[in-house]
Amino acid sequence: MRNRLSGIFWGLLFLAVPVLGVATFAVAPAFDHWLPKDVSTHGTQIDSLFYFILALTGIVFVVTEVLLFWFIWKYDAAKNDRPATYIHGSHTLEVVWTIIPAATLLFLAIYQMNAWADVKMRRPDMPPTVEVVARQFEWRLRYPGRDGELGTPDDLHLTNDLHLPIDEDVLIQLKSMDVLHSFFLPNVRIKQDAVPGMKIPVWFKAREAGEFDIVCAELCGWGHYKMKGRVTFEPRAAFDAWLERKYAEQEATQPAPEAGESLAAN
Amino acid sequence: MTPPAATAVDHGHVTVSAPAHAPKGGLGHFLSTYVFSKDHKVIGLQFLFSTLVWFLIGGLLALAVRWQVAWPWSDVPVLGKLFAQEGGQMAPEFYTMLFTMHASVMIFLVIIPILAGAFGNYLIPLMIGADDMAFPTLNMLSYWFMWPAFFFFGASFFVEGGAASGGWTSYPPLSTNTASSPASGWGQTLWLLGLTMVGVSSMLGSVNYMTTIILMRAPGMTMFRLPMTIWGMFITAILQAFALPVLTAAGFMQLADRTLGTGFFSPEGLIVNNAVPGAGGGQPLLWQHLFWFYSHPAVYIMILPAMGMVSDILTTFARKPLFGYRPMVYSVAGIAGLGFIVWGHHMFMSGMNPALGITFMVSTMMIALPSAVKTFNWLGTIWGGRIQFTTSMLFALAFVSMFIIGGLSGIFMAATPVDIFIHDTYFIVAHFHYVLFAGTAMGVWAAIYFWFPKMFGRTMNEFWGKVHFFLTFIFMNGTFFTMHILGAVGFPRRLADAYHYETFHHLQPLNAFMTWCAIGMVASQIIFAANFFWSMFYGPVAGRNPWNANTLEWTAPSPPGHGNFDFQPVVHRGPYEYSVPGCEKDHLMQTDPPNAAAAAAALAAH
Repeated sequence: MRNRLSGIFWGLLFLAVPVLGVATFAVAPAFDHWLPKDVSTHGTQIDSLFYFILALTGIVFVVTEVLLFWFIWKYDAAKNDRPATYIHGSHTLEVVWTIIPAATLLFLAIYQMNAWADVKMRRPDMPPTVEVVARQFEWRLRYPGRDGELGTPDDLHLTNDLHLPIDEDVLIQLKSMDVLHSFFLPNVRIKQDAVPGMKIPVWFKAREAGEFDIVCAELCGWGHYKMKGRVTFEPRAAFDAWLERKYAEQEATQPAPEAGESLAAN
Repeated sequence: MTPPAATAVDHGHVTVSAPAHAPKGGLGHFLSTYVFSKDHKVIGLQFLFSTLVWFLIGGLLALAVRWQVAWPWSDVPVLGKLFAQEGGQMAPEFYTMLFTMHASVMIFLVIIPILAGAFGNYLIPLMIGADDMAFPTLNMLSYWFMWPAFFFFGASFFVEGGAASGGWTSYPPLSTNTASSPASGWGQTLWLLGLTMVGVSSMLGSVNYMTTIILMRAPGMTMFRLPMTIWGMFITAILQAFALPVLTAAGFMQLADRTLGTGFFSPEGLIVNNAVPGAGGGQPLLWQHLFWFYSHPAVYIMILPAMGMVSDILTTFARKPLFGYRPMVYSVAGIAGLGFIVWGHHMFMSGMNPALGITFMVSTMMIALPSAVKTFNWLGTIWGGRIQFTTSMLFALAFVSMFIIGGLSGIFMAATPVDIFIHDTYFIVAHFHYVLFAGTAMGVWAAIYFWFPKMFGRTMNEFWGKVHFFLTFIFMNGTFFTMHILGAVGFPRRLADAYHYETFHHLQPLNAFMTWCAIGMVASQIIFAANFFWSMFYGPVAGRNPWNANTLEWTAPSPPGHGNFDFQPVVHRGPYEYSVPGCEKDHLMQTDPPNAAAAAAALAAH
């Protein structure tokens, strides 16, 4: 009897895995413990792929865990006297459970390629909107000056306070001065490591105004946790006005550079 | 049943010496028997005890990490007094060191050596019917090369600036540039030296395991009669032998960058912390490629032996043959083969060509397949069995249950677009803890409870074993399952304090809950430690074969003497002949003479 109870106890413990597992994922969004708000145009692709994989793996998770529970429950030695089935396997089953997951995984692999290409490969043909240079432990920003070109003496230099226009493609040129960093915009579903010695393009289109976090997502030293920036998305007019205000501020604090003087060293 | 010594003499195969306990005495004898022993069992136990001690250290490091994540900048109990820096608070560089060393210790000083070093050493000769390893001296050296590693890792905590703090992945330029962080002085150099020593140890071990398994199997032990444990160890040894040299070379290159002024991993024009380092001309991504070329196969080095041991334990306590033995072997080989061409999935966000990312994505998706096949076969194995709920079996079932979670969560990261969001968040932390702790560590506990009687001649206490299992299982899921949720919010790993971000400021209560679970999980191990040491001396005496298992080690005395077998084992069948119809006992050992089986089969036919 005691043995039988122990089988029931362990069976239920293993049943708790799928029950509580699904419950955790079901409850989390209600407490705002879930994907943060997405304000990008490509984010929907990423989020729906996340949900698609969640549904797919969720089904496999529940089915396999419930099977495990059911076998533990049913084939408890204390419960029945029937001898164990003497079987070494099944060729048919092996073929079935190899081909079905293989097909599913291959489908998943092909299905997602487009989203990846949109975010990382189909770079818009335009000059950089801004250059972001990561450095222990801040984000240095450089906007092209009034001449619209990066690397000229009238460039606008700022730190940690990124502004970008909405409803149009923006292209960021990402660099690092010292160690690896990673440019992570949770609300835009963008992440890209900044690598010293490389210029890496990052592009997206925001579709909603607002102010959000810039997070460093690659360990960059003791101050990694505080390498925080803010990004403000605003309509083109507001963005231009902000840019103009910043130009004016910068010009007020620095003398006009001599012609030929190179402030633009990379 | 097993032929005892008397019957074995009749076979005329007795080659084995008497137990070497001749009363020689003296320090020299003590040293050669228990310290510099060439006996694979003593070496296995040396590995086991050393790695369990490091397991404790790694666990305490994890608790300190969890403390800071749950209650940043609050006074740290105990540790705050030992390493007081700013009152009892933890400094951010100290936190960075903690998670670096937690991972380094757990991976290089616990998981890899406990699987290959402890269980590989102890079980390989016993399970294939050999009297020892092919190269006993190499074997002894493989253990003693761990000691410089223990020393370097241990000493690094006490040098100026503290131990390594560049993450266990040790990405340059943070790790190569001595100006980049307070701890990248001696700490990082010692870390690299320690890593090299672990590599030497693993290499000596793997050469030995391959040779032993290929050349020293008992008569009748064909490759396809090997237990899955041995298949796991064999493939792991191959992986180590082919992947490790790359890491060792990369480690030396990083060492040269740090100490000789080379620039393999540093580009031109670097300015770190206002200092201009020496030679440039290198590439930070080169390290990542070399590092992951080893460290991704290493993930399988850290799970395949556990998979093998769990397969053997499941069949023993389900009293059923393994479902799909050959598909199981082929999937282990498949995992190992594919394991060499998926390393780039650690680098999707690294700046590597995104087109190359697609290639790695496809191969990564495909490596999920053999894992799925293995899971289905484990389910098939317990289906229709007669399950005995021993502690060992519970841990083995937990391995299957938890590996499902760890395997499935990997698919999220493999999907490159999703990885853009969850890369370097707690989602990946959840994933690898489900594979390595909820997977491998469960497998290791299953194996300890299972082979303890063979190692020490006594069984562990079942009641306290089950209490240990229950508490570990509950607290483990409380700690790690919730990490998926953190990851879904984008909560980044390795941050000393993330709550000043608007996106993450509301996650502190969940983190506090996880830390309480982690404390409970570590505390539960007191039960295990007490049970382990108490049972070693006072547990019920086990016979040769306390679980009625089939494999060769259970025919030897418990614990086996020097030379292992007191007769020459001859193998007549595969390792999983449980519940053969018509046979009066429910298991046929690999050494049971064939006429019994033939008679049984004839009976069954009638």
